[in-house]
Parts: sequence; C-alpha cells; structure tokens
Amino acid sequence: MERKTQVRAGDGHQDICITREFDLPLPLLFKAYTEPELVAQWMGMRVLTLESKPHGSWHFQTVDAHGNIVFQANGVIHTFIPDRQIIRTFEIENAPFGVQLEFLDFEALSATTSKLTMQIIYKSAELRNKMLQMPFAHGLNLAHNRLQTLLHQ
Amino acid sequence: MNLRRDVFQAIADPTRRNILILVATQAMTAGAIAANFDTARPTVSKHLQILTECELLRQEQNGREMYYHLNAAKMKEIADFIEPFRQMWDDRFNKLESIMKAYQGNQ
Repeated sequence: MERKTQVRAGDGHQDICITREFDLPLPLLFKAYTEPELVAQWMGMRVLTLESKPHGSWHFQTVDAHGNIVFQANGVIHTFIPDRQIIRTFEIENAPFGVQLEFLDFEALSATTSKLTMQIIYKSAELRNKMLQMPFAHGLNLAHNRLQTLLHQ
Repeated sequence: MNLRRDVFQAIADPTRRNILILVATQAMTAGAIAANFDTARPTVSKHLQILTECELLRQEQNGREMYYHLNAAKMKEIADFIEPFRQMWDDRFNKLESIMKAYQGNQ
C-alpha cells in the first residue's frame, strides 16, 4: 500500500517536498488551514494571530504543562487563493534555522478526497539537513503511540 | 543498553528539545542554559544529565567552566533521518483528517 504521507528531500538540495492525500473534500482540507480554532486543534498549538489573506501574518506558540512557552513561530502569508494555494514564510523564534519559504498547493482528487503538496525551501542545504535532523524543532511532537512504537523497536 | 530508545525518550520532553535547539547555535554553560527557562536550576541539571547520558550533548571543560555542545553525530543517528520526520508529519496530518471529519459531522 502506498503511504499516505510522503517526504522527498534530495541530496544536496535545499528543499523538502511533503505530499499527503486526505479523505476530505478540498474545501474542508483548506478550511483546516484557515480557521484559527481548527488550526489550533490539529497543530496542537495556540494560534495568537492568523490572518488568512495576502500580506496577512501569523503567530503560533506552544506551552508546556506549567505554562512555559516552549515553541514560537511566525511568518507572513504572501499568496492566499482559497481552495488552491497558500505561500507563506515560516520562522521559528530563537532557533538557528532561519526563515523558510513554504508553498502549499491544495487540489481535489474527487468530490470526497483531496491532496496537499507542501514544498519547504531553506536558505541552504545545510539548514535543511539540520531541520530534518531535529524535526521536533518544527513544533512537531512525537505522538504518544508513535513513541511507544519506537520504544519497542 | 538500547541507545535508540534512550535518544527517543530524551527528545520526548519539550524542555530537553528546547535545550538541544539552544545549544545547536553555540556551546553553553549549564548556567547560561538554565537562564533560558523558568524551571528550577536542579531540574535543568537533570535534563542536561539525561541528554549527556544518551550522548546528545557532549561536555567540554574550558578553563573553570563546563560547556555543553550538541553532539552532531548522535543527532544524525536519531534522525537517520527522513523516516522519523515523515512519521511526525503523518501523525499531524492524521490528526488534521480526524478533526476535520468530526467538524464535517457537526455541520
């Protein structure tokens, strides 16, 4: 079976390409990226700002159980075409990864399925590799069940 | 001892992940690292000990000060490195899918 989420990161390249097919109609997939309450739920973050429009800005953070801020990221939305494309910058605050440029392309596969293609471009191949090595720096958490799986390997 | 297991346990904690991000830019003393957290100093020391034991951090004496460095070779091993990255995105997208299905059901 083909994997739902695929990642391509060519040797010596400064970008990562992530593709994913969803059992969701296109408008619903796009909505997951534009409604602050929904973004907060699936990203597991506090959405401080999310202006889904050209020249809009966004600001997310995560806090630990004690209320300490453990992750903050921000950026601007360059292009916003409903149900089709978001182009935005992404920068993690207080981290050595620099600004990345993200192209998110949304497409319908059928009335009930859709696909997201996300191309992330870093300033250099070195920075890209550093980010791949430390995916948790991206605010990505190892889900508990995933952690369990890894622990039992 | 299963090193792989230790490494993944080490990075499961948000404070420890932040320590790794901090020292990725430059080697730091325990005091300088602790200054970035509201957590009590002994708690930070405990985190540093765990990260050092699983070799994600290296200690290096410089004069009277002990500096913590990121052990890049070990980071490469964690990562090895696209599959964990893919799995984390897969988890995140699975969550998106289930949340939006529930949302659709409520409309």
